[in-house]
Amino acid sequence: MIRLTRLSAIGLIGVICTAVGAETGQLPADQLEKAVRSDSISIPTPAELFAALGKAGKTNWSSQYRGPMPMTYRNRAQIALNLGGLIADGFIAVEAKDGQQVKNIGSDIIRLAKALGVSESLLSRGNSINEFAEHNEWDTLNEELEATQNEVKSSMQSHADQDLVILVSVGGWIRGTQVVSGAIMKNYDERSAKVLRQPALVRLMQSKVNEISPELRGEPLVKDVSEQLTGIEKLVSFPPGKAPSVDEVRKLNEAVGKLMEKIENKTIAK
Amino acid sequence: MKRLLPMFLLVVVLAASSSARAETDAEVAARKTALDLAGAFANDGFKTRDGHWCGTVKPHDHALVAVNLYAGNQYWFSAGASEPSAKIAVNVYDETGKQVSTETHNTGDKAAAGFAPENSGQYFVSVDLIEGQEGSFCLIYSYK
Repeated sequence: MIRLTRLSAIGLIGVICTAVGAETGQLPADQLEKAVRSDSISIPTPAELFAALGKAGKTNWSSQYRGPMPMTYRNRAQIALNLGGLIADGFIAVEAKDGQQVKNIGSDIIRLAKALGVSESLLSRGNSINEFAEHNEWDTLNEELEATQNEVKSSMQSHADQDLVILVSVGGWIRGTQVVSGAIMKNYDERSAKVLRQPALVRLMQSKVNEISPELRGEPLVKDVSEQLTGIEKLVSFPPGKAPSVDEVRKLNEAVGKLMEKIENKTIAK
Repeated sequence: MKRLLPMFLLVVVLAASSSARAETDAEVAARKTALDLAGAFANDGFKTRDGHWCGTVKPHDHALVAVNLYAGNQYWFSAGASEPSAKIAVNVYDETGKQVSTETHNTGDKAAAGFAPENSGQYFVSVDLIEGQEGSFCLIYSYK
């Protein structure tokens, strides 16, 4: 069966007849406004951002590791934001091809996820992450980390915690942007810096945060994240084709770094 | 291990549902069709995202999905229809609504469009129902 699947996939490649489509169409603004914007497809994973940065040159991924974070958060919004950040850390360890770090982060992800009371089946995800890390299966680990993130979100939805889903994505994006802007600052080139242009993505995350329940939105940390995203949106808004300068990258890195500190800070959210 | 990847991917992606509501049988079928096509790109080094969009499209109409992409990456957007007799197409537009040039692959109930964005930012992917009855469709994407 496995062999057949492989053969059918190869067969598909064989029959793919590619043609360059002509640039003929123009969609009106009202249609663009009505486009579907969902967490599951409109928000990229940190792995996509890291892949784009990796094209521009060699990145010292292990220099972007951070120290261990507390695993004893009680605030559910703070746990969700940190869970997203930890999953981004998992992708960093995969980019660094560091099996032990992947395993450490995998354990932390499961511990934090359990604190939210998400599904027991996540335990098997933890085992899979360990197994793939043991065997240096880096591509598979990327898939597994995203699947883990989606399983956490799916479990949140089935536990009436759907408001937390966007916070996982926001936490992942903030941590991913902190790491990528930090790496670009260390070794600046215009091509790499262009990956930081994402105004619509920040607007989307902010609009999703604004849709969550008033109670959760009123929590100090969530309020802070929402407010900071307004400033961050300006820092990732460059005209198409223009790369941010080193100074602009530094400002973005400082902004997301400060926000990440607040997300990690155990005393800030009660 | 490489031989196991397409199968593993299919199992992982089908097992982890990331949508708020349960998917219909037709959407699951459409997703499987899209994954069959994306499997071909996986063999060319593309990673298939677990996230997806499923919905319905009326005849001669399209569904439009916003995505946020990174310059430097290459992308393939693969769509599948639940009805094998449907004829669909996938097109990509930039943030201003202008259609971008893509490589395309259209074979009835499955279609894909691939390109490498010059600019990071928002793009729009349309799934067009060219022929056939209103039905369920699923869009996924792969990158490298």
